[in-house]
Amino acid sequence: MTAGREVEHDGPLLRVEEVGKTFESSRGFLGRRRSTVRAVDNVSFELNRGETLGLVGETGSGKSTLGRLVLRLVDPSSGRIWFDGQEITALGRRRVRALRREVQMVFQDPYGSLDPRMRVGSLVAEPMVVHGLWRGDGPSRVAEVLGRVGLEPGHAERYPHEFSGGQRQRIGIARAMTVHPKLLVLDEPVSALDVSIQAQIINLLRALQREAGLAFLFIAHDLAVVRHVSDRVAVMYLGKIVEIGPRDALYGAPLHPYTVSLLSAVPVPDPQRERGRKRVVLHGEIGSATELPPGCRFHPRCYRARLIAAAARAPTVERAGTRLPALCVQHDPGLEPMGGAHRAACHFPERDGQRSELARAAAVEVASPSR
Amino acid sequence: MTEVTTPRQALLEVKGLRTAFPGEDGPVVLVDRVSLSVHAGETLAVVGESGSGKTMTFLSVLGLVPRPGRVVAGEVRFGGVDLVQLAPAELRAIRGAGVAMVFQDPLTALNPVFTIGDQLVEVIRAHRPLRAAAARKLAIETLERVHIPDPSRRVDDFPHQLSGGMRQRVLIAMAIALGPKVLVADEPTTALDVTVQAQILELLAELRAELGMGMVLITHDLGLVAKHAERVAVMYAGRVVETCRVEDGFADARHPYTRSLLGSIPRLDGPPGEALPAIEGMPPNLAALPPGCPFEPRCFLGRGRETCRASRPGLAATDREGHASACHHWSELAEDAA
Repeated sequence: MTAGREVEHDGPLLRVEEVGKTFESSRGFLGRRRSTVRAVDNVSFELNRGETLGLVGETGSGKSTLGRLVLRLVDPSSGRIWFDGQEITALGRRRVRALRREVQMVFQDPYGSLDPRMRVGSLVAEPMVVHGLWRGDGPSRVAEVLGRVGLEPGHAERYPHEFSGGQRQRIGIARAMTVHPKLLVLDEPVSALDVSIQAQIINLLRALQREAGLAFLFIAHDLAVVRHVSDRVAVMYLGKIVEIGPRDALYGAPLHPYTVSLLSAVPVPDPQRERGRKRVVLHGEIGSATELPPGCRFHPRCYRARLIAAAARAPTVERAGTRLPALCVQHDPGLEPMGGAHRAACHFPERDGQRSELARAAAVEVASPSR
Repeated sequence: MTEVTTPRQALLEVKGLRTAFPGEDGPVVLVDRVSLSVHAGETLAVVGESGSGKTMTFLSVLGLVPRPGRVVAGEVRFGGVDLVQLAPAELRAIRGAGVAMVFQDPLTALNPVFTIGDQLVEVIRAHRPLRAAAARKLAIETLERVHIPDPSRRVDDFPHQLSGGMRQRVLIAMAIALGPKVLVADEPTTALDVTVQAQILELLAELRAELGMGMVLITHDLGLVAKHAERVAVMYAGRVVETCRVEDGFADARHPYTRSLLGSIPRLDGPPGEALPAIEGMPPNLAALPPGCPFEPRCFLGRGRETCRASRPGLAATDREGHASACHHWSELAEDAA
C-alpha cells in the first residue's frame, strides 16, 4: 500500500470472498421489534486491473452497500476482501486512509459530495493534501486534471453552486483522479444527469480509464448504461449476486429469470422493435432483505418457477396458493458455473434448449460490438 | 391502437401558450409559443431535458404556475372553454374532473399523516356531493381499478406503509377517481425501479383504454416514448422544436436536436463500448437567449451558420404529414434520409 511499491501483485486487483453485511433495524413502536437486514449476503467476485465490472440491481439489492464495503466505508459482517494482493478486511484507520488513495469514489449526486464553501481548486486539491501528496507542483496538477475532465483553469476560482450538474460531476471525477487511484467505485454516476450530458460523462470516464489503466466498479440501475461501459456484469437481487458474466453473454443469453425480467422491462428507443417485444411480468413486488423467503429469494416473483411447476418438470409444493418447484422453495441456489465465466444462482436457468418462450420473446436483438 | 386516420376533435388544445417569470433583466420566458393537442384514446409524449419547459407547460395548462410566474399569452381549449380565462374556482372544478395530473414523486405528493383513504375521499368529495360512506366506497373501487391488492383493507393504510410502486398507484387512483378526460403523467416512473416502472406504465395504458382518456406522458426516457406514445413533442429551451408521430420521428427526425438526442443514449440493442456521439455543451440560459436558434451552438447542422444565428426558427410543417420542425434546415435532414 506504500506509494513507492514497485512490484505489482499479479492476481486480480480486487477480490471479494463470501462477504456479508447485516444491519440491525428496529421496527414497530419505539423500536421494540428488532430485525436483521441482510443487505449483502455471501457475495464473491473478482475485478481485474483496467477492467469494468457493472453492478446492477433494484432498490434493496445491496449494490451500493457492496460498493461501500469495497471502500471500507462500512465494515463487513463476514467474509474477506483483498485489494492488490493485500487483505483489507480488518485494516486500522491509518491503513484505510492509505487504501482510499488507491480506491476512489464518484457519487451520484456530485452536489451533495462537494463542500459548498470551498472553491473548485481547493476541492480538487483536497485529496492530494489529505494523502500527503501536495508538493510544489500541486497547483499545476490541479490545472492539468481540471483540463483533463473538460473544465477550464478559471473554474478553479469558482464555487460548486456556479456549475451545472454535468460540470459538478466533472469536478467529482477530477477529485478522484488527482491521487492516481487504481480503482474507481462509481455509484450511479450519470443517473441524475440529463440525457445529453450523460453521454459526455460516460465518454469522459471511458477515456480516463483507457489512459490511466483504471479499474471501475460501476454501480447503476440503468441496464443500457451498464451494458455500454462494462466488460463484465453482475446482477444483484436482495443482497445476493444472482448472475455474473461477460457482458455479451449476460445480455445476449441471460440465464437467471430475474435478469430476463429486468432486461425485458427496459424499453428500447425504437417503436417498431419495441412494440414487437413481449414483457415478462413479474409477480408482486421486490421483496425485503429483512424478510427473506426460504429457498431461492426470487421464487415469490419468479415466472420460470411457475412455468416449471405447471409443466410438471420437477416435484412441486404449494406456497401461498401457487404451485412451485420444491427445490426453489426449499434450497437457496448457489452461484454455479454455467459455461465459461458465466455463472448463475438458479435451479432452472434459462439455458440453451431449455429457454422458455417468454425469455425468447422478451429478448432484444443485440448489435454485436464492432471492434 | 395506432389508427389515427380519421381527424377527430382534440380533447385538449393548447395554442401559443407563453409563461414568464420576472427576472433581473426583464421577464424570463419558460414556455414560449407552445401549441399542442391531445386526442381521446391517444398518448402524446412530451420529451425534453431539465429546463426545457415540459413540466411548466402543463402546470400552465392546469393553472398551477408557481408565483411570481404567470401565463402571459395563449389559449388552453378544453370542453369549449379557454382555461386561461377561468377564475380559480372554475379551474379547480376542471382540475381533477376534466384534466388531472400525476406527479413524479409519490412520497411528497401524499400527506404522511392521513390514510390514503382519507386523501382519496377528500379529492372525491371536493368535486362530488357524496356522503362519506359513498365516497369511501368509490375510493375503494378506484383503488381496485389501479390493482391495489386487498383495497378494502389497504384504504386505511398510511402512505409510509406502502411501497414506492403502490404509492404511485395511489396517486394514479387520486387522478382518475373523478373520471378525467385527459390525464397528464409527469415522469410517473422516474423514482421507481425498472420492473415496477413497467407495471405502472402498463396500468396507465390499461386505464387509458378503459376510460377512453387522452394521455400526456412527460418524460426524458426515449424508450418509454417508443413503447407507450403515438405522438411526440420534443421541447428545447421553452419551445416545441419537433412534433410528429412516434413511428416517423424515431427513424427519421426532422430536427437536429431530436437526432442527436436519440444518437447519444446508450441502448440495449446498440453497439456497446464505443464512444457515444454526445451533444457538446449545455442547454442555454433562458434569461440570456441569443437572437438565433437556441440550439445553434450545439448543433451538428447549423453551428456557425448565418441563418441559424440570425433568427429563431418557428415550428413549421415539413414534407411529412403531421410532422413539424423548428429548424431552418430541416430539409437537409430529409434529403439525408432519402
